[in-house]
Amino acid sequence: MNRTLYGNLIFELSKKGRKGYSLPQDYDRTHTTAELPEALRRKEAARLPECDELTVVRHYTNLSHNNFGVNDGFYPLGSCTMKYNPVINEEIAGLKAFAGLHPLQPAVTCQGALEVYYNLQESLAELAGLSEFTLNPCAGAHGELTGLMVIRAYHESRGDVRTKVLIPDSAHGTNPASAAVCGLEVVEVKSLADGTVDVEHLRQLLSEMGSEVAAMMMTNPNTLGIFEPRVLEITKMIHEAGGLMYYDGANLNALLGECRPGDMGFDVMHINLHKTFSTPHGGGGPGSGPVGVRKGLEQFLPMPRVVEAPTDSCTGESYVVDWGKSFEGKRGEELSVGNFFGNFGVMLKAYAYILSLGREHIKEVGPLATLNANYIKERLRDSYLLPIKGLCKHEVVFDGLVDKSTGVTTMDVAKRLLDYGYHAPTIYFPLLFHESLMIEPTENESKETIDAFIDVMHKIAEEAKTDPELVKTAPHNTPIGRVDDVLAAKQPVTTYWKTIAES
Amino acid sequence: MFKYFPHTEEDLQEMLKAAGAKSVHDLFDDVPEAARFKREYELPEALSETDLRLFFEQLTAPDNAMQLVCFAGAGCYDHYAPSVVQNLIQRSEFLTSYTPYQAEISQGTLHYIFEYQSMIAELTGMDIANASMYDGATATAEAAMMAWGNAKKANCVLMSETVDPKVRRVVETYAHFHGFPIKLVPAVNGVLDRSALDKEIAEGGVAGLIVQQPNYYGIVENYTGIADALHEQKGIFVVNANPSDLAILKTPAEWGADVAVGEGQSLGIPMTFGGPGVGYMACTEKLMRKLPGRIVGQTLDNRGQRAFVLTLQAREQHIRRQKATSNICSNQSLMALYVTIYLSLMGKEGLREVAEVSYAGAHSLRDKLIATGKFKDTFPGQPFFNEFCVDYEGDLEALLDECTANGYLAGVQVGEKTLMLAVTEQRSTEEIDELVEIIQQFKEEEAKA
Amino acid sequence: MAKFEEGLRYSESHEYVRVEGEYGYIGISDYAQHALGNVVYVDMPEVDDEVTAGEEFGAVESVKAASDLISPVSGTVVEVNEALEDTPELLNEDAFANWIIKVQLSDPAELESLMDKAAYEAFCAE
Repeated sequence: MNRTLYGNLIFELSKKGRKGYSLPQDYDRTHTTAELPEALRRKEAARLPECDELTVVRHYTNLSHNNFGVNDGFYPLGSCTMKYNPVINEEIAGLKAFAGLHPLQPAVTCQGALEVYYNLQESLAELAGLSEFTLNPCAGAHGELTGLMVIRAYHESRGDVRTKVLIPDSAHGTNPASAAVCGLEVVEVKSLADGTVDVEHLRQLLSEMGSEVAAMMMTNPNTLGIFEPRVLEITKMIHEAGGLMYYDGANLNALLGECRPGDMGFDVMHINLHKTFSTPHGGGGPGSGPVGVRKGLEQFLPMPRVVEAPTDSCTGESYVVDWGKSFEGKRGEELSVGNFFGNFGVMLKAYAYILSLGREHIKEVGPLATLNANYIKERLRDSYLLPIKGLCKHEVVFDGLVDKSTGVTTMDVAKRLLDYGYHAPTIYFPLLFHESLMIEPTENESKETIDAFIDVMHKIAEEAKTDPELVKTAPHNTPIGRVDDVLAAKQPVTTYWKTIAES
Repeated sequence: MFKYFPHTEEDLQEMLKAAGAKSVHDLFDDVPEAARFKREYELPEALSETDLRLFFEQLTAPDNAMQLVCFAGAGCYDHYAPSVVQNLIQRSEFLTSYTPYQAEISQGTLHYIFEYQSMIAELTGMDIANASMYDGATATAEAAMMAWGNAKKANCVLMSETVDPKVRRVVETYAHFHGFPIKLVPAVNGVLDRSALDKEIAEGGVAGLIVQQPNYYGIVENYTGIADALHEQKGIFVVNANPSDLAILKTPAEWGADVAVGEGQSLGIPMTFGGPGVGYMACTEKLMRKLPGRIVGQTLDNRGQRAFVLTLQAREQHIRRQKATSNICSNQSLMALYVTIYLSLMGKEGLREVAEVSYAGAHSLRDKLIATGKFKDTFPGQPFFNEFCVDYEGDLEALLDECTANGYLAGVQVGEKTLMLAVTEQRSTEEIDELVEIIQQFKEEEAKA
Repeated sequence: MAKFEEGLRYSESHEYVRVEGEYGYIGISDYAQHALGNVVYVDMPEVDDEVTAGEEFGAVESVKAASDLISPVSGTVVEVNEALEDTPELLNEDAFANWIIKVQLSDPAELESLMDKAAYEAFCAE
């Protein structure tokens, strides 16, 4: 990463008349857009930049130098599972034969793609201990919403009106937000001091409103990185009340090789392919959030679906796309959550990852990720406050520095880490602690990398005592310093046009 | 050992010792016995990199992945993208980073999103755009929820029947569970029935209307006057527009839209079997705080430099939880980068040229198909852009099979007799002529025999 | 240290109401603005909107938090403090001088259930 700021906007590099493309000129010019009635045409041309090719190449290359990715260094961002994104997966996803496929071309002409799609569905079902998966959702939160829709569709099909969803107070913000989008009322379940679900509170809630509970959403290991010890009891309680259990797959990485959501009694779940299955986060997306269901719920999964071809098919395909009965746009029995069938380019990478690891190495993922996290937990607990002492899974949460007398906060520690060439951990989440610092190392990090990180964390704890100002004013060694969030939110400037209108 | 796991036996022993465990499995002692997974996964054994390549080569062999000359659209288009786009996208600093929470080491991402938002605002004419959505369909569903949430007293959101049925189905799904009715406004001759719309608006209680431009059938509709009628009732106007065509077509803002949404795949993103694409979403300043998704804003750092940062976050799920404007947490950042680099290269003139060539090709193809005598216009007299519908006199499925066998994806069948074809700047005059030739030569009876 | 003002009625969700004749001026307490930090936006109702005691009528946003505004009384909005649209930081400068909405009270008896300064101060100290 470059430590000086490259600050130009592409619009500022534009010069009238320059171009960065070439298009064929020998086409039939009988018709031009001038034929369109004036009422249908825009008045003024869009002020897009005018740049030559090299200018554009340098601009975005320079911008990339102000960015930090997993390939640049350790990225222990808790809850995001920033594992290595294998390069071979990019090669495969970039194969022209896949990139050129139109989603509506006949199944018989794209059996290779459908085979990947179908086999990935099957592989995820085996890894999750569930019956079937849809790959349509585009992200984790999209998966949550889809999963809740499936749950509501199930209850609706039985004429059972259930409007409440139970969510532990430690959950990611997307859980209650997805529930609200899905038209469900959120009821919070309290956590105990050790961060796990308060089963007695849950019991009380169920006795008050059990028949109204559509589902309980649960992350396990939870957002504190702790495995919910009473998960089997919890799933049983919800089932007895007639509700379904939703598994938020945000933290699934910890469990690969050791346990499966389906075996714990979960009915519906999503998986983040961009976490557990190594696909790159791309600065925030595209991700993929496949949703799986246990036996008996398959018919509620959204359309379209990739399925095995009927055996009486005479056209010779093995796999076909079932667009559903309600392709006419009306929501009948069926749901639909996207343009086509999800982010196929992401699925290719996830499937390549599964094939690369195979059954013998996938099972090592959870244990190694968990080992790395526990190692960090034990080695940092003398400088950083460890609120929950026992085993953690793939991530560990500290509550700021042990020594709070210096006034150095979690924010300061995070910013100081940037100076040392690390991405910061997740900070101020979970909300259970005031100074949360959530570290997730993933299975790909070596002991040397982790030891170096631990040394730096100790060094920052030391700096907090000897030179607190240095830490409080960090970062010093990055392209920009701390930004004025208040200014950004108070007078929002979100386009270049606004910057020039005001200057 | 495995190439992605760096732990040697010695490392394992030292780390286990520090963690106070004998084996890695002891770290799962807190998992109830009944929940432990004890058998092997039923998955294939690991493939070497060589075998992995072979495996995918086989799956992309011509009989498994037929490369068809594409005249299909229906929401996914085979446009040209300069080589530079794909090359820059692969830069690992962009590819392997996450959502830009730490602004100090994420200026690359924040900066290009700011450029992307500026470009979307300029194409649509709207005041503010977010950092992108999953796809055009979910962006439209979010717009429907925005309309519903914005209305004080309303009983429905209206949607034109000329909106892509795939999009309609998603909007219907979201609305059903979110808890509001979608009323479909019918079409006549392929365009929104204005008298039916006027009647709906006059009845009152309309939170908003969703239309598409060009509509599903490729027709460029005239939406003059609709925004005013809606605004009188405090309803909002949502225009789903193909951003590529906005080089020429009237902008959503010029139609008086409050929210503009759509699918951005046509701006430099390969089709890749339908995804990933990118949804865009833009709105008026008045609705800014109701906009879902990430938004990047300009600010200053403590050294006085212009810097970019995620802003207006009080709308979002990590702060508002169930009261957030949406549950969306990520954006399609990398796909927004495709769009940004594409538009930087194509620029003001390039996007117009793309539109001109596509328009000319589509109209030329339509003329030639009509001239075969086997087709007639499905919607006579309606202006279209680069996609259109024609009715075939014979067995359309048999005709399409024949085209496929000749390496042509001749379009998308949207009715028993109706074929919808799209032409982009990628389609040469030779390809257009060859498609017409295949159709001209096709004799149904012989095919059956 | 948060300030507390005499003569106002306070709610548990940290709004105050200053009663002047048949009108009430509603705002957030100094304690509340401290807890929120730099206010960047105030979402306000429109004139003629009805507000109900115990129900939400808007929101106050800082960079990292958002807090719903819960009306301590019922009535009709007769004025909103438009200065807050452009300068929301007025709430940080002086939360008591900068009320958010002016309401024509429909049920003055509701005031009885609100806290006075001493009770509110004790409530915040808990």
